[in-house]
Amino acid sequence: MAYSDKVLDHYNNPRNVGSLDKDSDAVGTGVVGAPECGDVMKLQIQVEGDTIVDAKFKTFGCGSAIASSSLATEWIKGKKLDEALEIKNTEIVEELALPPVKIHCSVLAEDAIKAAVADFKSKKNKDE
Amino acid sequence: MTRPIYLDYQATTPVDPRVLDTMLPYFRECFGNAASRSHAYGWEAEKAVDEARGKIASLIGASPKEIVFTSGSTESINLALKGAAEMYGSRGRHIITSQAEHKAVLDTCKHLEKQGFEVTYLAPDDKGRHSAEQVAEALRDDTILVAIMWANNEIGTLNPVREIGALCHERGVLYFCDATQAVGKVPVDVQADGIDLLCLSAHKIYGPKGVGCLYVRRRNPRVRLVAQMDGGGHERGMRSGTLNVPGIVGLGAACELCEQELEADATHSRELRERFEKRIFSELDHVYVNGDPEHRLPGCSNLSFAYVEGESLIMGIPDLAVSSGSACTSASLEPSHVLQSMGVGDELAHSSIRFGFGRPTTTEEVDRAAEQIISAVKKLRELSPLYEMVQEGIDLSTVNWTSH
Repeated sequence: MAYSDKVLDHYNNPRNVGSLDKDSDAVGTGVVGAPECGDVMKLQIQVEGDTIVDAKFKTFGCGSAIASSSLATEWIKGKKLDEALEIKNTEIVEELALPPVKIHCSVLAEDAIKAAVADFKSKKNKDE
Repeated sequence: MTRPIYLDYQATTPVDPRVLDTMLPYFRECFGNAASRSHAYGWEAEKAVDEARGKIASLIGASPKEIVFTSGSTESINLALKGAAEMYGSRGRHIITSQAEHKAVLDTCKHLEKQGFEVTYLAPDDKGRHSAEQVAEALRDDTILVAIMWANNEIGTLNPVREIGALCHERGVLYFCDATQAVGKVPVDVQADGIDLLCLSAHKIYGPKGVGCLYVRRRNPRVRLVAQMDGGGHERGMRSGTLNVPGIVGLGAACELCEQELEADATHSRELRERFEKRIFSELDHVYVNGDPEHRLPGCSNLSFAYVEGESLIMGIPDLAVSSGSACTSASLEPSHVLQSMGVGDELAHSSIRFGFGRPTTTEEVDRAAEQIISAVKKLRELSPLYEMVQEGIDLSTVNWTSH
């Protein structure tokens, strides 16, 4: 299977790999997918006010899944929470030129962003 | 660009130069039709085919008259299963096979089910192996055929063929054995092994693609098949169609070399595999062998690298030509049916890679391959949330995953 140059670039030089302190109130963590499906994404955001100041990911999955999550962290950094939630999987598909069989990877990345934001918000609501 | 290191010998093999040399005259001056009885072109082609038949028969302990040439194992499987079912369907309608068989067997069996046959698909054990006892338990009064492969193409597990053959003969049931991966790699003797029908393919044993054969037993019992290809009545009426003379000559030469070099080939590939696995296991944790460590094809190593997905691993080793049991490389999203049938969890099936070592493989290639695998797995595990969780002591089976 031929991969687009952008997928290869993200696979070979993944951006923002790593982990943030998941117990911190300023960090939201989203884990989506399942090992038996061959894809698990963990995406974390560090928030100040309502701005995402840092984002990290780790992904178990094919090259397209790794590239989708790497791209997602790149896009959400510096964005406000509401702006991050507006990112659509179709934009990831377009940017990475994903073939139809890999669209689920972009869906997973969108889900991971939403899950991380939801986790952050639920922590904040508990505090208030 | 240098070509990738080829480690996919279960998929296909290069034509041995010695095999190619024997074939070339039959493309050029000796181009005759083996069925032409009226001139020298036909006679020399027929002679070449007969010689090849003898070499193939010798490798598997058959008589030359028991060899039916085909286009390869898929065709041989179709002829054996459909041809026997049609011939003996009035005697019984039950067939026994394995869930780990090649798709050519499974899909042919599904076809026969639509024709009113009943098929039992035995599940192998966790090493991919069947026992004769398991087959015995599945036998019924109306069983006409057992189809259990010799060596599995994905994991290399070897079945106890001789015991299954003895059982089938004792019970008067035909035994078809797909030996595509076994011939030339392990000793095969259709007499001692009690096999009635057996297929093999030239391109798996350093011969050309597009040619293979079906062994059809002529005595004790005499096996009859209904032809699936009608026409000029070639191959004693079992497979019509002008013989692929250069291909058949190549298959014969490939079998002759296998007979001479079987032991050396097996030792060579076994040593390379041991060297490779030793390297991998000394550098990486959480690596599992899929298959039977004791009963395994010498040149096959199917490994699961836990917490790393197979397709991403293949992306990380562009200098190696290997196969993945992972779903994502093929059009379907299902992981390998062979690994599933053995009860390998889907997550480990997604992490599996098959490495094959063959006659031309060198220790240098094996060392380079191991090195590249180790570095790619390490890199991907740094990226893997699952590996991180396991390092933190989390039991992945207790996690509530959001499957999609």
